[in-house]
Amino acid sequence: MIELQSVAMRYAGRELFSDVSLTLAAGTFHFLTGPSGAGKTSFLKLCYAELMASAGQLLVFGQEARTMQRDDVARMRRRIGVVHQDCQFLDHLTLAQNVALPLTVAGRAVNSDELRELLSWVGLSAQAEALPAQLSGGERQRAALARAVIQSPEFILADEPTGNLDWEMSLRLLALLVELNKMGKSVLIATHDLNLIRTAKAQVPARVLRIQNQRLQVAGADL
Amino acid sequence: MKRPAIFVRAAGAEPRGSSVQVVPPSGFTARLTVFSAAAMAFLAVFALALLLTSGRVAQSWGGELTRSATVRVSAPAGQMAAQVAAVLAVLETTPGVAAARALDAAEMQALLGPWLGAELPLATLPLPRLIEITETGAGPDVEGLRLRLQAEAPGAVFDDHARWRGPLVAAATRLKLLGLVAVGLIGAATAAMISLAAQAALAANGQVIRVLRLVGARDVFIARAFVRRFTLRALAGAALGTAAGMAAVAALPTLDATGAVLTAPGFVGPEWALPLAVPPLAALVAWAATRSAALVMLRGIR
Repeated sequence: MIELQSVAMRYAGRELFSDVSLTLAAGTFHFLTGPSGAGKTSFLKLCYAELMASAGQLLVFGQEARTMQRDDVARMRRRIGVVHQDCQFLDHLTLAQNVALPLTVAGRAVNSDELRELLSWVGLSAQAEALPAQLSGGERQRAALARAVIQSPEFILADEPTGNLDWEMSLRLLALLVELNKMGKSVLIATHDLNLIRTAKAQVPARVLRIQNQRLQVAGADL
Repeated sequence: MKRPAIFVRAAGAEPRGSSVQVVPPSGFTARLTVFSAAAMAFLAVFALALLLTSGRVAQSWGGELTRSATVRVSAPAGQMAAQVAAVLAVLETTPGVAAARALDAAEMQALLGPWLGAELPLATLPLPRLIEITETGAGPDVEGLRLRLQAEAPGAVFDDHARWRGPLVAAATRLKLLGLVAVGLIGAATAAMISLAAQAALAANGQVIRVLRLVGARDVFIARAFVRRFTLRALAGAALGTAAGMAAVAALPTLDATGAVLTAPGFVGPEWALPLAVPPLAALVAWAATRSAALVMLRGIR
């Protein structure tokens, strides 16, 4: 599904990691950890072709990212749901319209009942008509997750999705991601939250990847 | 926890989604586009009027003067009638002359009145007589005719108006060319202004574009959102400008006495339909300019 072959990544003039070979197969659950600035966000951006590898080969759904046409990139991103760390929205649209945006840009119908159900699932029913500026940090992250999964993507990439949430809401979002994983979707979460990782490992066979010293390692089982 | 139905629904082609405006309303670029389109359409209507008027002038001057000539007969009072008759006789037998007639006193008065006064006693002045000639398509052999006139009526001078016709037709043709250039420049300036407004709007909406790309929007979808908006604004602005331009052209003063020499400025008859093409053309220019600006800018965002 996403395959890295001897991939190196440079950003802002410095090498973040190199010689990374890894396969993120369908239906897997991965966590990505590492110190701040190690390149976790860049790694995720690499996976949905916002950034390009400085060396090596990256295959997303069998297509080499570097040679993808722009329309191919757009089609690929419809198969990948991304939860950004900074949760960018269109400020003039309501939360419901923002969540439904992937369907809108794909020219697909928005079923209002299903949309309402999804918002309820992430605990945002009452905020459906609110503008992004009126939402709290936690509400924005839940909305970003809802937007990421509305197209029922094959792969979900989440960058610190619980960073602004309390523990109860973090568990609820984790439960959503675990549920999606059980439906056969791949999940990759970049996080610092070891408690979250431990909780997830109790529910799914999650693997932990760690970027450290410019290398990507599979972390030990003692987390 | 119950799975939301949206997750279990099969992905695939479905009917078109909502018509949510993914591009936020932008105040100053909207006003700039409408104003630019209106101003350019107003100028385009005037340029079109100039183009059509100069075209008519060129056709009128070229056509009428080409098909006409004049013989001026200067002779002592006692010989004038005989010389005029001799000239008319020569002209009747000259190939290329369709008709010839001597202007009567009233016509001479009408010709000279504007310059010398309406009360001018023509009969007391030793004025030459004028003979108006209407030519056939090919016209007469000018040199041959001059020689014959010299032999039959020594006081007759043939004038084929070439002295006047050339510069007049050249001036009118040049005016027509300038009108065409003006229309072209106005079109180009419209495209440039709308491109700038579109680029400003695109730059101001960088985050919107990044979010749209992130959720899988194709360039065509994003460009279309901007293009539709700018095209409609240009259409609305150009419609306003065209209406104002047509009203201004209609209010231009008409030419009375000089109308016979010049022509009515503006549009005549069915020509009034031509400015109605300005708004759709402006919309077309806006569509092309915005689409091009959008696609160029989008190339910079992965």
